[in-house]
Amino acid sequence: MKSNSWKPWALLAPSMTAVFLLLVIPVCFIVVYSFWLRAPSGADIPAFQMGNYAKFFEDFFYPQILLRTIRISFETVFLCILMGYIPAYFFYRSSSRHKQIFLLLIMLPFWVSFIIRTMSWINIMGDTGLINHFLLRIGLIQAPISMLYNEFTVLMGLLMYLLPFMILNIYVSLEGIDKSLLEAARSMGCTEWQAFREVTLPLSLPGLSAGSLLVFVLTAGTYLPPMILGGPGNDMIANLIFKRVIGTLDWPFGSAISVILLALLFIIVWTYNRYLGINQIFKSFQGN
Amino acid sequence: MATSKKQPLVQFKGIMKQYGKVTAVEKMDFDIEEGSLVTLLGPSGCGKTTLLRMVAGLEDPTEGDIYIKGVRINDTPIHKRNLGMIFQNYALFPHKTIFDNVAFGLKYRNVSKDQIREKVMQALEMVRLPGVENRMPSQLSGGQQQRIAMARAIVIEPDVLLMDEPLSALDENLREEMRREVDNLQQMLGVTTIFVTHDQREALSMSDKILVMKAGRKQQEGDPQTVYNQPVNHFVADFLGHSNFIKGQIVDVNKEHVHVQIETGDLLIADNKNTFNLGDRVELVVRAQRFDLVDEDEITTKQEMNSFAGRIKDRSYMGGEVSYFIELGTGREIHIISMMRTRIYSIGEKVRVQVAPHHCHLLAIES
Repeated sequence: MKSNSWKPWALLAPSMTAVFLLLVIPVCFIVVYSFWLRAPSGADIPAFQMGNYAKFFEDFFYPQILLRTIRISFETVFLCILMGYIPAYFFYRSSSRHKQIFLLLIMLPFWVSFIIRTMSWINIMGDTGLINHFLLRIGLIQAPISMLYNEFTVLMGLLMYLLPFMILNIYVSLEGIDKSLLEAARSMGCTEWQAFREVTLPLSLPGLSAGSLLVFVLTAGTYLPPMILGGPGNDMIANLIFKRVIGTLDWPFGSAISVILLALLFIIVWTYNRYLGINQIFKSFQGN
Repeated sequence: MATSKKQPLVQFKGIMKQYGKVTAVEKMDFDIEEGSLVTLLGPSGCGKTTLLRMVAGLEDPTEGDIYIKGVRINDTPIHKRNLGMIFQNYALFPHKTIFDNVAFGLKYRNVSKDQIREKVMQALEMVRLPGVENRMPSQLSGGQQQRIAMARAIVIEPDVLLMDEPLSALDENLREEMRREVDNLQQMLGVTTIFVTHDQREALSMSDKILVMKAGRKQQEGDPQTVYNQPVNHFVADFLGHSNFIKGQIVDVNKEHVHVQIETGDLLIADNKNTFNLGDRVELVVRAQRFDLVDEDEITTKQEMNSFAGRIKDRSYMGGEVSYFIELGTGREIHIISMMRTRIYSIGEKVRVQVAPHHCHLLAIES
């Protein structure tokens, strides 16, 4: 027994090494960078000062983006729940032989590049896109309607990206519900709707909350949908980081914003774990 | 005898269920008397569960009608049927306390809060689990969960109690105990009960009536003793208990007995039940427990006793009984379960096997 105790560690070693080298160390670098100074010449000067953080909270410009990120994340979660539960429930109740194919279709978007999928909305909703083209053609409008580059399209892009995560999480949790529980509820006097409220909904909450956390975290850290489908006023915090680091090569300030985002997500995950238990997520992936 | 014209509580009339091309239950008529416990017995896939689920409203019959208290319920939705159902895996709501589980059905029946409390406590008392109302189902053992499932089903005072293999998930000793408890509870409440099982011992010990099924067809219905002692066909005889089957031909018939010449040439005497004629080919059924095993040199006192010489070929000691395989002089092997009224015989020993004519049951040979 004792001689075998090293074996799990040996098996874990490759992935632990990868996580350490590719995640832990870079994050440490980011944290260190966030305290550095940036010279007007553009050079990074090693230092330990809070200037970058002070700059973030200096006026309302940056915190506003942070707040917007949080708001959009909550909106995305809310919309994902609303739009994800119904298909998940449909798959769960379906006794169709093609159920596996439906589920595969849910995964299908993952096979196409995220950027391409996001850009394709331009072809649909842009000024010369499908919708405008069609409306002009049937004479309903005289000039193209401007539909892109606002918060609505950003949310749409986010939904398209994140909905599958929510659907699959809810679906797995629904699949785990013993169907005889529903039959028991029905036999004791519940209508179908009452049985859903008494049994299905409460027992699918673990999947729902796991999906919500996943969607929230992914939304808060994404920058592509706002970049491609949003206007100048729709930037989220990841766009800010992108612009600082890639645009102006301001690593210290970009790092400071990253650390702030990291802190925000840490608080969210910690709160979730405190009240719901993070292991629900893993349970959900194990299929009960 | 005056036949009472009392209407059965549950009636199946020409009931049938098909799944696509597969027939789960063949056209069947069946009645269940009020207050009785009826067992649907058969191997898995015989349609017994389908029949039960049709009563519950969880399956729709393809053809035929189901009546409860004289009212056709085919089109009554599940939640309006007032049935108590007990599932194989208990189906307790894992996210609700024991109290809420038991109170569940009452909540949908316009019962006041005080009354719900009273009835739930009463039901928990009845299943001998008072004081667990604030616990969660996962905190109870399997047997306790089974009792809660029972409390939950009976608290609504259902017209019919439906049990789908409720004891099969329990281990052997607990099953025995729960079987008696279900039986007592059912008798105490007098609730009409349909019990689905593949366990013949459960069926024989609890039922007022047994319906033996095979491949969607009714094989035999009757009280446990009739079904056990007078099986109507090979399947029923084989499914219930340990039987020996011996083929033969009737060579003599008198008022009391028929004489059957069996394959080996020996003559066997069976009671004459006026069902067979001279020359008929028949199958003799003798239960393994009905044989008597005596010493080789013991002489039969009764004249009509069937008696053969044999040799113990194999033996397994099972505590309360001994199971023997005995080779008869003619090369035929029979199975005997002896309650050890005499001594235990050893392998190779020569013995005499006896069986009374009234323990030899005759069946027509099925083609």
